[in-house]
Amino acid sequence: MHRLASLRSVASRCVGVVRNVHTSAADYRIPTKENVAAFRTLLDDDASALMQGKSDLEHRNVDWTHHYKGQSELLLKPSTAAQISKILVYCNEHRIPIVTQAGKTGLVGGSVPMGQEVILSTERLNHIHGIDSSGILKSQAGCILQDLQTYCAERSFLFPVDLGAKGTCQIGGNVATNAGGQYYYRYGSIAANLLGMEVVLADGRILQCRSNIKDNTGYKVHQMFVGSEGTLGIITEVSFLCPPLPTSKQAVFLACRTYSDVLKVMKEAKSSLGEVMAAFEWMDQAIVRLVDERHVRCPLPIHDEYRYFLLIETHGSNEHHDLEKMEGFLDKLLSNAAVADGVLAQDLTQMQSFWKLRESANPVMAGAGYTYKYDVSLPIECFEEFAEHMKQHLTACLVVHGDWGHILDGNLHFNVCTPGVTTVDEQVLARLEPYLFEQVMLRNGSISAEHGLGQSKNKYLTMVHDEATLVTMRQVKRLFDPNCILNPGKYLPVA
Amino acid sequence: MKILVGVKRVVDYAVKVRVAGGTVELNNVKQSMNPFCEIAVEEAVRLKENKHADEVVAVSIGPKQCTETLRTALAMGCDRGIHVMTDMRTDYMQLQPFAVAHIFQKLVEKEQSDLILVGKQGIDSDCGHTGPFLAGLLNAPQVTFAAKLQVNDKGLLVERETDSGTETIQVKQFPAVVTCDLRLNEPRYATLPNIMKAKKKPVETIKAEDLGVDLTPLVEVVEVMEPPPRKEGIIVGSVDELIDKLRNEAKVLK
Repeated sequence: MHRLASLRSVASRCVGVVRNVHTSAADYRIPTKENVAAFRTLLDDDASALMQGKSDLEHRNVDWTHHYKGQSELLLKPSTAAQISKILVYCNEHRIPIVTQAGKTGLVGGSVPMGQEVILSTERLNHIHGIDSSGILKSQAGCILQDLQTYCAERSFLFPVDLGAKGTCQIGGNVATNAGGQYYYRYGSIAANLLGMEVVLADGRILQCRSNIKDNTGYKVHQMFVGSEGTLGIITEVSFLCPPLPTSKQAVFLACRTYSDVLKVMKEAKSSLGEVMAAFEWMDQAIVRLVDERHVRCPLPIHDEYRYFLLIETHGSNEHHDLEKMEGFLDKLLSNAAVADGVLAQDLTQMQSFWKLRESANPVMAGAGYTYKYDVSLPIECFEEFAEHMKQHLTACLVVHGDWGHILDGNLHFNVCTPGVTTVDEQVLARLEPYLFEQVMLRNGSISAEHGLGQSKNKYLTMVHDEATLVTMRQVKRLFDPNCILNPGKYLPVA
Repeated sequence: MKILVGVKRVVDYAVKVRVAGGTVELNNVKQSMNPFCEIAVEEAVRLKENKHADEVVAVSIGPKQCTETLRTALAMGCDRGIHVMTDMRTDYMQLQPFAVAHIFQKLVEKEQSDLILVGKQGIDSDCGHTGPFLAGLLNAPQVTFAAKLQVNDKGLLVERETDSGTETIQVKQFPAVVTCDLRLNEPRYATLPNIMKAKKKPVETIKAEDLGVDLTPLVEVVEVMEPPPRKEGIIVGSVDELIDKLRNEAKVLK
């Protein structure tokens, strides 16, 4: 017997009007004992593929930031696309909502239930099929990003995506969120490198994976699922184009006194390093100090006058050539006094220690207290001005700040933390939202550069898109998931 | 005191070494200064900064890319470099510690060095032979696996780490050879101003054949292979199954 938590969705379905396409989390159907038995059969009676019980599923219900907690009591771990297809057919028929969960490293609460949705984990789809001589890699969607990177590197290819969560996140999740990461500037977006995918639709149809470097054979349907955060379908296979592994990698860690110096360094880097530049990360003194105190030592002394720190990495095919370029670049920086200090990595271990510092920014801040995270796109010249403006706006609050970002992409990670306090402070939140987003929009930025929308930012989409665009988005959702069983309550604003 | 420091160019510590063509693959593989040599350089530079040494000379043996390794040593604070040029493989496949020690002996005599600091071993060959061979050739005292080094009025007080504990040795005679172990110090990063200064420091190139040393290997490398891959662990379903496997498969229970 099915229970309905609200009559609203029934009413709209009866009337046939597409007004309330995106139902809220309240309109879910809780799986019954019969549903559970059916799922067990659909999972070929593998007892280990199904887990029940709120206490056992506690950590599956809480997102990485600990901002969101769901109430799911059922977790499914299918091993094949065929199983996923049968599960979705069943859920679609019985109106049981599903949240697809990969590595659960997302920062907008997109992969945890909001109520008692069934959690469908892709972790068992972890087979790497192979990579061919032109660098086309095919794998299942549940492969961990770092495993793909290692697999490619062993065969002299570079997997073009890298981010701090690499040890846990799965490629299906990365595709579903169109993850950015540190090499976006050099190797491009996931959308650019993804050749094709296999995806299961809400009604169980499986769309096959294509994998040619060039393929203009119709609407690029698979691109619809990139960044769709599990709301249009469940990705089960991916194919990526991987460039050759760079044989030469160089990295510098620099300290700048002012933001205008940072801009000078960026301009010089683009001109001197040119085609070998691979990553350019920016951090403010506050976050570097915090990481240095708690986790990873900074390779440079953190003098008061060092307001900003930069990590620049180059990738190339000739060590000697790249070192010459790097030394020319550093020479120019020193003669222009654009940097106050800096170190050049002499081996891979030193290079990895730079990245360890940078990649610790997120977890260290999260460990200090409840962190309000904002991932925005802004004109690069505005980073400091925007950050100072927001800090002024928050002077009455007892918070610490830490900013970092992929500055070449115009992507700022603005973070506010209540030290020692691990629960949300509604006053701080009210002071931040929607004011921060308004300030971003005023500067022609984006309220979510790479982290996506999830349940954290969907409500602000009306600030971002015109009505026509929003209506079109809702129509797309209705086309792919008419019964709204895939990740309800997220991504699009709940009407 | 004049110090001579050995800096070896080896496959980078972070690289996963592979076998190709019956030997270790070096093509397109990242190479960097041997981590133990970094520690030796750091110690030498500290001795100079504390006014116990007036000159630190870095030596590297190998192909032309060794000048990059020497530049790192110079950027860390060495005064000048000597590049002994050879295209022989220096990872034990061709040039071996006995010949290397003879090369160092010639340089020590030329430079009149008082203290020779080298890494305890190369991470490619893992021999640890060069230091002891050199001390023997020079008839000099040697302290290997140094974990602490102090200058005192008698000379050098060195602590060395062994499997059975720490030995403290007073070095009273020079030249002396000290090989450096992990706990001796934490090497500094090469900072920008020092990297630029290093470009102006002199590096002398000498051909290995011109030193009058017999470079032929004494040991023939017969085979190089990767270790067998680690067998995957298994997850057992119950304590009984675990005991059964420990008894009958792993045979560690009676």
